[in-house]
Amino acid sequence: MNYLEFEKPLAEIEGKAEELRAMARGNAAMDVTKEAEALDRKAETLLRDLYKDLTPWRKCQIARHPDRPHCRDYIEALFSEFTPLAGDRNFAEDHAVMGGLARFNDTPVMVIGHEKGHDTKTRIERNFGMARPEGYRKAIRLMDMADRFRLPVVTLVDTPGAYPGKGAEERGQAEAIARSTQKCLEIGVPLISIIIGEGGSGGAVAFATANRIAMLEHSVYSVISPEGCASILWKDAEKMREAAEALRLTAQDLQKLGVIDRIIKEPLGGAQRGRKETIEAVGKALEVMLKDLSSRKPETLVKDRRQKFLDMGSKGLAA
Amino acid sequence: MNWISNYVRPKINSLFSRREVPENLWTKCPECGTMLFHRELADNLNVCTSCDHHMAISPRERFRALFDGGIFTEVKVPDALVDPLHFRDQKKYPERLKAAQKATGEKDAMLVAEGEMQRTPIVAVAQDFSFMAGSMGMYVGNAMIAAAQRAVALKRPLVLFSAAGGARMQEGILSLMQMPRTTVAVQMLKEARLPYVVVLTHPTTGGVTASYAMLGDVQIAEPNALICFAGPRVIEQTIREKLPEGFQRAEYLLDHGMLDRVAHRKKMKDELVTILRMLTGQSPAIKGDLPPPDPEPAAVVPA
Ligand SMILES: [Zn+2]
Repeated sequence: MNYLEFEKPLAEIEGKAEELRAMARGNAAMDVTKEAEALDRKAETLLRDLYKDLTPWRKCQIARHPDRPHCRDYIEALFSEFTPLAGDRNFAEDHAVMGGLARFNDTPVMVIGHEKGHDTKTRIERNFGMARPEGYRKAIRLMDMADRFRLPVVTLVDTPGAYPGKGAEERGQAEAIARSTQKCLEIGVPLISIIIGEGGSGGAVAFATANRIAMLEHSVYSVISPEGCASILWKDAEKMREAAEALRLTAQDLQKLGVIDRIIKEPLGGAQRGRKETIEAVGKALEVMLKDLSSRKPETLVKDRRQKFLDMGSKGLAA
Repeated sequence: MNWISNYVRPKINSLFSRREVPENLWTKCPECGTMLFHRELADNLNVCTSCDHHMAISPRERFRALFDGGIFTEVKVPDALVDPLHFRDQKKYPERLKAAQKATGEKDAMLVAEGEMQRTPIVAVAQDFSFMAGSMGMYVGNAMIAAAQRAVALKRPLVLFSAAGGARMQEGILSLMQMPRTTVAVQMLKEARLPYVVVLTHPTTGGVTASYAMLGDVQIAEPNALICFAGPRVIEQTIREKLPEGFQRAEYLLDHGMLDRVAHRKKMKDELVTILRMLTGQSPAIKGDLPPPDPEPAAVVPA
C-alpha cells in the first residue's frame, strides 16, 4: 500500500495492526485479535475522517495515486475481446494512448484511453500517460473508424497533459490536439468519456469532448496543474494548495459548473483502496450512459454534443 | 434564424477611437535596439523600420490598416459571466480584468469586425495580446462563436489574427472548455463552405494554438512569431537541453509542415485578398489601399 502524505497517521495505525498480527502469526500462544481489531476500527474512523472533506489539493494527490486502477485495468476487467489497434499511419505508435476494438456487454465499441503505467519500466514506456502527437492522431483514426462502422466510442481519460517535448512540438502537437477535439465533435456515434484520474488540460479535452462526461469521485480535471498555476500566478510552485483551491478542479465543482454530467462514487479511502469496486462502479455508469445514447440518431448525437459545449459556462458556481 | 433579428447595428469606430499617440515619444525595438519614432512606427504597422521585427499591434489598429479606408463595423459579442469561479490568486480576478480594461479601453481580449478589404467583404476577429496576454476565456470563446455566426449569416470568409499566452487560468475549467467551443465555431464555417484563414501572430501558444488557431483552411504566420503548445522554457525544463535556433518560430514551423505561408505584416492584406478571392470564386482584386466602400443603401424591410 502506498500512502499519501496526508494519510501518514493512517499508515501508522494500519502499520501497528499489521505488526501485531505478524507477531501473533509467529507465536501461537499470543492472542492479538482484540487489540488488532481495535486498531482496525481506529483506522477506519480516521479514514472516514480524512476522506470526509478532502481539500482540492488532496484530491489531486488521490487522482495521481499510483495504486488507482488505470486505463489498462478497466479495459481488462470491463471489456472482452479487446483488440489493440496501433499507430497513427504517419510516424509512430504512441504507447501513452491505448486504443482498439472491444466488446462491452457483447456490444462492439471503440475504446481509447491514456495509460500511465504501473511500475518504473511501464511508466517510462507509457511516458507517464503523456501523449505525443501520434497518440492524438491514432485516436482520430480510431474515432473515424468507429464513426464509419457505427460503433460507440468510450474514452478513459488519465493524463497529466500533453508531453512538453521537442519532437512533440516539431510534429505539431497543438494541431493534433485541435484535430482530435474536432473529430470528437464530428462523429455520429455516442461518445462517452470517463475521467478516471487526472484530466490534464488540452491532452484531456482532445478525448473528452463527449456526449456524456463522467468523473470518478476523487478525480480532477483542470486547465493547468496546480503546480503550474501556482508558479505562474503566485510565482511560487509551493502554492499549489491555494491554486488547487482556486481552480475548482474537483468533480463536485465541475458538476456544479455544468461541465460534467455524472460523478461515479469511489469506495472509502479512494479507488486505490477498492480497485475492484471502483472498476465495477465505472462499468455500471458506462452501461447506463451507453444505453441512454444507443438509440439516438447520428445527427442528434452530433447536434446535442455541439450544443452541450456551446451552452457551457452559462451558469456559474453560485447555485 | 432570421438574419435581420441577428443584425448588429453598425458602429463606426475607426473615426473616433484612434488612441492618441504623443508625438514626442520614442520606442526602443526589443530586437535590434533602434530607437523608433512613435508616429513612424505606427505608420509602419508597428514593424521595426530598421530590422523588420513585428511588434504587437492592437486589434483596432490592425483593423484600421486592414479594411478599406480604415472603416469597419464592430460585431457585438455576447457578454460572458464575470468571474464565475470567484477566482483569487494574489489579486482578485475582477481586479485584473478591470485593470486590463482600463489599460486597453477594450472589454476583453478579442475584437470582431466586418468590413471590406480591397472590396472583398470579410468578417475578421483579432486577439489582443495587451489584454491579459490575449488569454482565452469565455468572452474570447463567445467572440469566436459570434464571428463565425456573423460570417455564416453574411456568407463571408472569416479571418483570425491570433495572439495569446494560452487559456485564461482565472476562468479555470471554463477557459479549457473554450477549446471545444471555438472548435464548434470553426465547424460552422466549414459546413457553410466558407473560408477560414488564420494569421498567427507573436506569440500564439497553449490552448489557443491547440484549438481554433490551428484549424484554418490556410495557415499564415507573421515573421518570427512564436507558435507552440508548450513554450520553450517548459520544454527546456523537461528535456534539459538547449533548443535549436529558431525553434517554434514561424519559419521553423513552415519548414516542419505546420504552416502554409509566412508573410510580412505590410503584405498581409494583399495576401489575404488574393487567397480569399480565389477561394470564393471572385475576380482578381484591384490591389492597394482603397478608400472606404460606398455606404450601403439602408436595408429595405418589406412591409
Ligand atoms: Zn528592430
